[in-house]
Amino acid sequence: MVKRIAIVLATVLALGPVAALAQVSDGVIKIGVLNDQSSLYADLAGQGSVVAARMAVEDFGADKKGMKVEIISADHQNKPDVGSAIARQWYDVDKVDVILDVPNSGVALAVNQITRDKGKALLVSGAATADLTGKACSPNTIHWTYDTWALANGTGNAIVKTGGDTWFFITADYAFGHALERDVEAVVIKNGGKVLGKVRHPLNTADFSSFLLQAQASKAKIVGLANAGGDTTNSIKQAAEFGIVKGGQSLAGLLVFITDVHGLGLPTAQGLIFTETFYWDLSDKTRAFAKRFAERDKGIHPTMIHAGVYSAVLHYLKAVEALKSDDGTKVIAKMKEMPTDDPLFGKGTIRVDGRKIHPAYLVEVKKPTESKAPWDYYKIRATIPAEQAFRPLDQGECPLVKK
Amino acid sequence: MVTVREAAAAAAGGTLTAPGRHQVTAFALMVAVLIAAPFFVYPLFLMKALCFALFACAFNLLIGYVGLLSFGHAVFLGSAGYTSAYAAKTWGWPPELAIVTGTAVAAVLGVVIGALAIRSKGIYFANITLALAQMVYFFCVQAKFTGGEDGIQSVPRGVFLGLFDLRNIMTMYFVVLAIFLAGFLLLYRTIHSPFGQVLKAIREHEPRATSLGYSAERYKLVAFVLSATLSGLAGGTKAIVFQLASLTDVHWTMSGEVVLMTLLGGLGTVFGPVVGAFIVISLENYLAQLGAWVTVVQGVIFVTCVLTFRRGVVGELARLLNKPL
Amino acid sequence: MTTVFGIPTQALFGQLLIGLINGSFYAMLSLGLSVIFGLLNIINFAHGAQYMMGAFVAYFLLQWGGLGYWWALLVAPLVVGVIGVVLERTMLKRLYALDHLYGLLLTFGLALVIQGLFRNQFGSSGLPYQIPAALTGGRNLGFMVLPNYRAWVVIFSLGTCLVTWYVIERTKLGAYLRAATENPSLVQAFGVNVPRMITLTYGFGVALAALAGVLAAPIYQVNPLMGADLIIVVFAVVVIGGMGSILGSIVTGFALGVVEGLTKVFYPEASNTVIFVIMALVLLVRPTGLFGRDK
Repeated sequence: MVKRIAIVLATVLALGPVAALAQVSDGVIKIGVLNDQSSLYADLAGQGSVVAARMAVEDFGADKKGMKVEIISADHQNKPDVGSAIARQWYDVDKVDVILDVPNSGVALAVNQITRDKGKALLVSGAATADLTGKACSPNTIHWTYDTWALANGTGNAIVKTGGDTWFFITADYAFGHALERDVEAVVIKNGGKVLGKVRHPLNTADFSSFLLQAQASKAKIVGLANAGGDTTNSIKQAAEFGIVKGGQSLAGLLVFITDVHGLGLPTAQGLIFTETFYWDLSDKTRAFAKRFAERDKGIHPTMIHAGVYSAVLHYLKAVEALKSDDGTKVIAKMKEMPTDDPLFGKGTIRVDGRKIHPAYLVEVKKPTESKAPWDYYKIRATIPAEQAFRPLDQGECPLVKK
Repeated sequence: MVTVREAAAAAAGGTLTAPGRHQVTAFALMVAVLIAAPFFVYPLFLMKALCFALFACAFNLLIGYVGLLSFGHAVFLGSAGYTSAYAAKTWGWPPELAIVTGTAVAAVLGVVIGALAIRSKGIYFANITLALAQMVYFFCVQAKFTGGEDGIQSVPRGVFLGLFDLRNIMTMYFVVLAIFLAGFLLLYRTIHSPFGQVLKAIREHEPRATSLGYSAERYKLVAFVLSATLSGLAGGTKAIVFQLASLTDVHWTMSGEVVLMTLLGGLGTVFGPVVGAFIVISLENYLAQLGAWVTVVQGVIFVTCVLTFRRGVVGELARLLNKPL
Repeated sequence: MTTVFGIPTQALFGQLLIGLINGSFYAMLSLGLSVIFGLLNIINFAHGAQYMMGAFVAYFLLQWGGLGYWWALLVAPLVVGVIGVVLERTMLKRLYALDHLYGLLLTFGLALVIQGLFRNQFGSSGLPYQIPAALTGGRNLGFMVLPNYRAWVVIFSLGTCLVTWYVIERTKLGAYLRAATENPSLVQAFGVNVPRMITLTYGFGVALAALAGVLAAPIYQVNPLMGADLIIVVFAVVVIGGMGSILGSIVTGFALGVVEGLTKVFYPEASNTVIFVIMALVLLVRPTGLFGRDK
């Protein structure tokens, strides 16, 4: 009897460490970066996010700690059907443990549901919809970098307070555009401003001249661009042609990335005001990161989405290390328990609804004469403290939040 | 000048009556492979290929046997998909009812578009179908119930006929396979029936067929509606499999994809569209890692097929064996 | 302030003018497409991709050669035209004996290849191209500021369209071209080198697309997909105007630009679709288009 117990004990002890490792599914932590690699979001996320993820794995020192981490990536082409098919295949067949990035709110929502059904983990950096921590919140998802509420709150508040109290919206006619417009309008009205008019344009419009004319005719002080990617850059370019800014109105880009500014060029983009949660030139740590990133990504400097991917992967790996398991639901819970700290966003927390909290920055694009080097594009107009930057916990209608 | 109709006729070749022994063998082989496949290959991928294969077969009825190129066929796939998704999610209907409803909507749309377009021929027919398809696309973008760019998501799979729980991936696969085979056989019977004979006569020489008393327009319309209905069946099934209905399925580039599948597989052949669909879906899957190369490869296939490979895979195979396939 | 249906007349005039400007792009592009179809019976679905290549050549000329806009207007159409000639000689020639639809499928495939390759190389965010210095600024017309560059676009495209129309319909060269498509063997028998004319005509149509691309570069972002959704709209314009009618394409192009502009005022979400509604209506009533001849 004792001998039997001894044998069992010995076996258990011998297998102990093996068992602990085996709790990390098949010994490998597999990270899948899912984003748009070929169309309108390819530059602000795309391959750069994969680079950011790799840098995070290296900086975490996975090799030295004996953790095997693999990174794969795929292009969802901004289509929910493509994105969800890839997510399913990754989870079912390729044994992916966590999916990263997913810009495009439609795709993110689809992947959010699949991740929840299969008990894996999703760390969203690219998508904007605040519903991910609202009605669609899930114990398997953390929304990292930004969301529509933060953008609306940051840009909307700041602009109205500095005198921009009459607005005209040019909105992309789909869910994301409507949401952004709705959130900003709410902020404007709350601050005593007025919305003088709105116009909706089809997604991927090449010519905004007609909408810009309407904006001009309204004589609103601020022309709010509730769109993204090519639509935003086109609006801005053409606004310059029609003398919108010269005529005394200001443009408010509600979702703009540093790669858009780079594409537009400073002469056209100067004076734009918008909100971001990261800028490469904020501190020595971010500058060091940007330098390393640029070397690995054709000289491109990181957008806030890339920074978000880096930060999320770092925190994820810390949680897996502490938990010794990569079970999706458990790791997400652990990530919420542990406060975050990384060179890019500093110290932060993750709320119970899956929202990562960090400060936001109101930035203005420099004039060409003010910029001393390529990518030196922003002036920081204001810093919004973390507690105020995101939607209050009780306003989100997230079922995970206990009243 | 060789028209598409003549080319398709040449591909279809042979008699259009009883199935030859080789065709039965080919069919048996196809069924055997499809039954064994899910044990080796990821079933979700196979189900996608099956839905597109059915779509391509339905499309082939129109281009291969009637000689009409429709450049807006995606609307049947997509509208059925939206309807089935909505029925299953918002009304909570069981999957078989949802799919049937989707198919019915596609049929109705087929009647409407067909009636408007059927008087035209050739490039003008393609133009009208494209124009009408764009209007349907616009409707899908605007209508609240379609969810616009996000589509209808989280569609429940449910229990098929009260017996088969579709959340089990293998059960789902065999149900989809059954639906595919039903559609395939229906198309096959149509082609090899007196109705199919008349279609062939109309394709070969319309004035002569009309002089024999057959109303060419009516026959073409019926073929169009049948093609639309089965495309709808494919679309409705696909929505349940993927639990999603989106704008991709009604966009004109999807119409281009089904042309690609049919062309690659072989216009006017029975098995061509199936093969073409499987090849194109596999390519897309395999190349998804490489981003924009997918469109490049699709383009190259189009170009190659049109220049040197007009009979398509199965068409060339049929020529080698000297038997219609 | 007087209003028409609730829109102040001033704003309405502005929108009409914008519509006219957009119409000039439609007119130029559909002109090229129409020349190619009318004279060669080829449906050139690669037209959008060729328009895009014109814009890119202008961009390259500036980036790598330091050659500005005015050079680009000359060089880009030549370069892309030559590429078109090569395409015609190597691929399109083989399809003349076949149904139109094969030409459509081939050029559709080519468009996918060209757009895919450019997208791989350049992404989709778009590359900047500045308005040439001589054409910056605008003129205040009272009801709006009309950018000088856009005024230039209208004038230049109108000019190009009229010249092309004149050459094809009123000169001997044009007469040969038209005769060659109706009865190639007879014209060949008269000693005219028909295959070469056909090749050059295709090249010319493609060059027109590239020219439109250069015109577009300073206004829209130079990006690989700029022609992708444009192609079916231009296609619709050609169909409405009448496939093969040069005058039809020009008139319809401008007219549709205006209609689209008006739609943007009253029902902007539909601005992408109004052209197809019109196309469907026209096709049902007059299948060969407004000015078309049956082929």
